[in-house]
Parts: sequence; C-alpha cells; structure tokens
Amino acid sequence: MGILEVKDVNKRFGGLQALGDVNLSVRENTVHAIIGPNGAGKSTLLNCLVGKLIPDTGSVMFDGKSVLGRSPHEINQMGISRVFQTPEIFGDLTVMENMMIPLFARRDGAYRLHAIESVQSEKSLIEQAETMLEDVNMLDKRHMHSASMSRGDKRRLEMAMCLVQNPKLLLLDEPTAGMARADTNNTIDLLKEIKEKRDITIAIIEHDMHVVFSLADRITVLAQGTPLVEDEPQNIKGHPKVQEAYLGEAH
Amino acid sequence: MFGLDKKDAKLLLIVAALVLFAPFLLNPFPTDSAMAQFNAGYPDLMQRFVIFGIFAIGFNILFGLTGYLSFGHAAFLGVGSYSAVWMFKLLSMNVVPAIILSVIVSGLFAVVIGYVSLRRSGIYFSILTLAFAQMSFALAYSVLTPITGGETGLQLALDDPRILGVAQTEGGNIPVPGIFGLEMRSTAELAIGPWEFVFNVGYYFSGILMLAAFYLAIRIFRSPFGMMLRAVKSNQQRMSYTGLNPKPYTLAAFVISGMYAGLAGGLMAAMDPLAGAERMFWTASGEVVLMTILGGVGTLIGPVLGAGAIKYMENIISKINSEILHGWFAFMPDGLEDLIVALIYPFIGKGWHLTLGIIFMLVVIFLPGGLVEGGQKIARLFGRKKAADDETPGKSTEPAE
Repeated sequence: MGILEVKDVNKRFGGLQALGDVNLSVRENTVHAIIGPNGAGKSTLLNCLVGKLIPDTGSVMFDGKSVLGRSPHEINQMGISRVFQTPEIFGDLTVMENMMIPLFARRDGAYRLHAIESVQSEKSLIEQAETMLEDVNMLDKRHMHSASMSRGDKRRLEMAMCLVQNPKLLLLDEPTAGMARADTNNTIDLLKEIKEKRDITIAIIEHDMHVVFSLADRITVLAQGTPLVEDEPQNIKGHPKVQEAYLGEAH
Repeated sequence: MFGLDKKDAKLLLIVAALVLFAPFLLNPFPTDSAMAQFNAGYPDLMQRFVIFGIFAIGFNILFGLTGYLSFGHAAFLGVGSYSAVWMFKLLSMNVVPAIILSVIVSGLFAVVIGYVSLRRSGIYFSILTLAFAQMSFALAYSVLTPITGGETGLQLALDDPRILGVAQTEGGNIPVPGIFGLEMRSTAELAIGPWEFVFNVGYYFSGILMLAAFYLAIRIFRSPFGMMLRAVKSNQQRMSYTGLNPKPYTLAAFVISGMYAGLAGGLMAAMDPLAGAERMFWTASGEVVLMTILGGVGTLIGPVLGAGAIKYMENIISKINSEILHGWFAFMPDGLEDLIVALIYPFIGKGWHLTLGIIFMLVVIFLPGGLVEGGQKIARLFGRKKAADDETPGKSTEPAE
C-alpha cells in the first residue's frame, strides 16, 4: 500500500478523454517519476491530486484519506506540497517573508487572525527559515525582493518553501523545464541531497530523461491519458511499449 | 517601544508630535497678514484632517495590503454617522457609546458586503462594492427615511428620549455632544503677538483616536496577518498551495477597514451631530481612494498625508476668489494683472478640483509611490553623502515606508 493511491481515475474535458482508468501507487520514501509525451495527461493527473481538478470517477487516497472534494489549502495541510512548472512565489515579498509564510501555515493552520504580534518576534520560525535557506544556499539572499531573482533562484526558493513545511509528499511539475544544463544538474543534486537528509516521498513529472533516470526509483509511463507501464528505471528504458509511445519519437 | 521596532516607533512619535502641535503648525501666518487665508489651524478643518486620516488609514489596510480596491467605503462612513446620531438621540450626548456603536454597526455591515463582494476580485470586486454603496445611498435617501431622515438627513430634536442624558438643556436647546461633560466644541484660544492659536476638544479627541488607529495599523502591517494580506496581493495561487485560505484573510481586512471607516463616520457625527445620505455617495468613496493613492498606497504614513493634502486644498484653495487674486497682483499694470488673474482663476475657488486633478495626475505619473515616495526622494537627495557612509547590505530592501 503506497502513501498515494490513485484508483481508476477518469477525467473528461468535453469530448477529450484526458485521463482514462489511471491507476498509480506511490510508495513511501521513494522518488516516483511520471513521464509521457505532450498531452499524455500528466498535468491533469497532477491537478487531480492537489484539488485543482476533481476526477469524474475514481478515487485518490493520500495517507489513507481521500483528497477528492478538498480544496488545495486543505490538501496542503494534509501534507502535500507542490512545486509549479513556472515558479510560483510571492514576488512582492522578500525571500525571508516567502519562507515565513509556509511556516506560519504549518504552525497556525489555514487561517488565524494574528494581527497584533510582530513577525520579528517569532524567533523559532525565523531560525527554521534560515536553516532551510542555508540548506539551499540562499541565506545571503534572504533580504532580496524575490521577484528580482533569477529563474533558478526562484525555483530553489519555491522548493525551499515547500520543504520547510516538512511535507509527506512533494509534487514536482517539470522542475527543470527551461533550465540550462548546469542549473538542471544543480537541481538534481539538490533533490538528491533532500532525499538523503529526510524521509520524504517525491512524485515528479518530467520531460528531461536525464533528470528522470538520475532520480527516480520507479517510473510510470503515461500515454494518451492511460498508464502504459509502471516499473523500475532499468526496465523502462528497454521496454518496447515505451519505445514506441515515447522514447522512440523523442530520441 | 510599544512593541514596535525603532523605525516604526520614531514614525509614531513624529505623527504624535504633529497631531499635538497641529494648532501651531497649521497657523504659521499672523491673523491679520495677507497670508492668513492659508492658515488651516481652525477646529473644523483640523478635525477633518484627522477624521479623514482615520478613514484613509483604514482604507489602506484593505487596498494597500491586499490590493482589493473598494469603491464603496463611504457606505461604512455613512453607517457610522447614522449609528452615532441615533445613539445621541436615544441614549445620551456622550460620544463614547456613540462611537463604539458606529464601529460595531459598520463592522457588521462590512461583514455582509465583504462576504458577497469578495466572491470576485479585480474590477468585479470594485464594481460590486460600488453597487452596494450606491444602493445604501439610495436606500438612505428614500426607503429608509424613518431611520435616516431621508433628504434632510438625520438630525437631533428637542423631543428625543436620550434616556441617560437630558432631552434638552435648561435653556430649552438641544444639548451638544461631549465626553463626560466636556463639550466637543469647546475651544481655548491663545494669542502670541499677532498670531492666534486655537485648541479644540473635538480635535484632540479625534486626534488621539487617529493616533490609536495609526498605532494599530502599524501593528497590523508588521504582524503575520499583515504579511498574509500582502501574500494575498502577491500570489493567491501560491497561498492556497501553501495551505492557507485567502478568503478569511481578505474578509478580515475588509471588515477592519470598514470599522475604521465607521469610526471616522462616528467621529464626524460627534463633531457635528447630523448625518446625511450624501456621506455615502460614490464621490465620497472615490475621495478616499484618491487620498490613499496621492499619499502612497501600502505605506503607513501615506494615507494620512493624502487625506491632509486633499482636505487642505478643498478648504483653502476653494476659498480663494478673484478679489483676493486681484489683491495679490495689484502691483502689476492693469492689463497684465487681469491676464494673470484670468489665467489662475480656473484653478481656484470652485476650480480647486482642477488643481487637485492636475496634482493627482502628476503624482501618479512621476511619483507612483505617492507623496511618500516624493519625500523619500527629497530625503535621499539631501542624505546621499551620509547614506553612502553607513549603507549596510539589506537595508535598502526593507519595505519602504
């Protein structure tokens, strides 16, 4: 039994069957990659996991509880954090403030009217934020206006914002999309380091095969909204169905 | 000090000093001099400075932090005024219960309007708030006449019950608002040489409440709640995927700013115990938007400056007439004098809106951060040398106030 169990999920947009009978099981403390050609339904599947879309049929269980019908903030409070394809951060705020918000969310829940205390007096949260920033080598940028940073730094900040919440499951939506090779390798190293340091399950959607085969413990190949194979990386590479659907045309 | 850091405490003390010494600062010209008409240190105007200061501070908590632009905040001002006048009619002429009721009633009103309006964002939110305010105006003007006095407005009468006070004074007059016996209108005058300074109870009462409102606003700006409100403005998608529900945060900001407006409305009634529907008209809502933008959106002191600037122009520039202009330029040859007066005339008197419009355009184009940004630029011009010596990294990245 995995930490995330997707059972018979279907999702239609008008005449288009975006997801058809998707079954997926992500085991605890593994890196699970979901790959597939454009239009395979990867993003739709991800959106069904975080509450942005509701599947027409099927079930999505996380940690023994259904996520269906819950709003994104409730699902986050259950322990799922998401990194977006283009980094979603609080651009008007400083790096440090970007880190404090997820910490407050984890400690105080979805809403609390703490209007009189000062942010500066939250010493232990500030310490946690600084430790996390140090882990991703961004401590020197903590007073920076986050919108003015490079895309790579924004990505690292977003990752740090997710990790500082100690999620049980981290969802990554093409974390290296549009990155230069050097940045991609940095991201791989960062993710490996994260994996070594803590007990965390990572589900990753990725185009870049280099990233997938460097990180993944298991891979699900999606094509036209249906999983073709789910297996270990070494078995995926040579799999004829995969060659046909995906690698054949991409490489 | 007071749970504020050094910079904020300094700002609070400066504002406190300005409020305390305003009767001197606003009357810099001797009473008989030609410049005396630029004196703003008379009770009625000083009261308006601080009352609209409160209104704008509150509005800025919503607009400055969350970015939600309400075009209907005058409705809360009006509701506050009506509540206060009703308290004067039914309970007593003490302003304390009147103002408490103003804040509570406008807060409840804000919960309802906010709950509905905040289902949309951006321009649709603005339109919804505008619609609600105009609806309130129309209701107050017609259907709700028994409660609001309709066209004539809500006024005190000799046969009001005033169960804790007196229905009428010994002389048979309507009593005036006061705080535990001290009348709001009572005024002390101080003449120093040709200068005359006026100290008014109502002004200082409103001034103290403005300081309290300002202090609370600083605390909100620096709190986790204030940070969440800025997060609402910055990226609501990231906010929900970080486990936070943006809706209650925005509604709380809406209600708090509505209560500030109610406080301002209650104080207006406390200074002059009548309330009319025109206080809720959409131009009144627009005025507070102008004040906030003119002063500096999202800054602490900006709205207060903007409120002061607009109320000063409304009351001082509008008083200048063509005779005064002719007096100023009398030293010129007649033809030239008439020409100059004719050129300036559209900008004064009833034309003060034109002056305001031009200043507003100049500020928005050249100083998007409002008067506060202007002040910072001037300060930097003078302090450049000094700043180069003690500039520390990270200092300039603090949110500008």
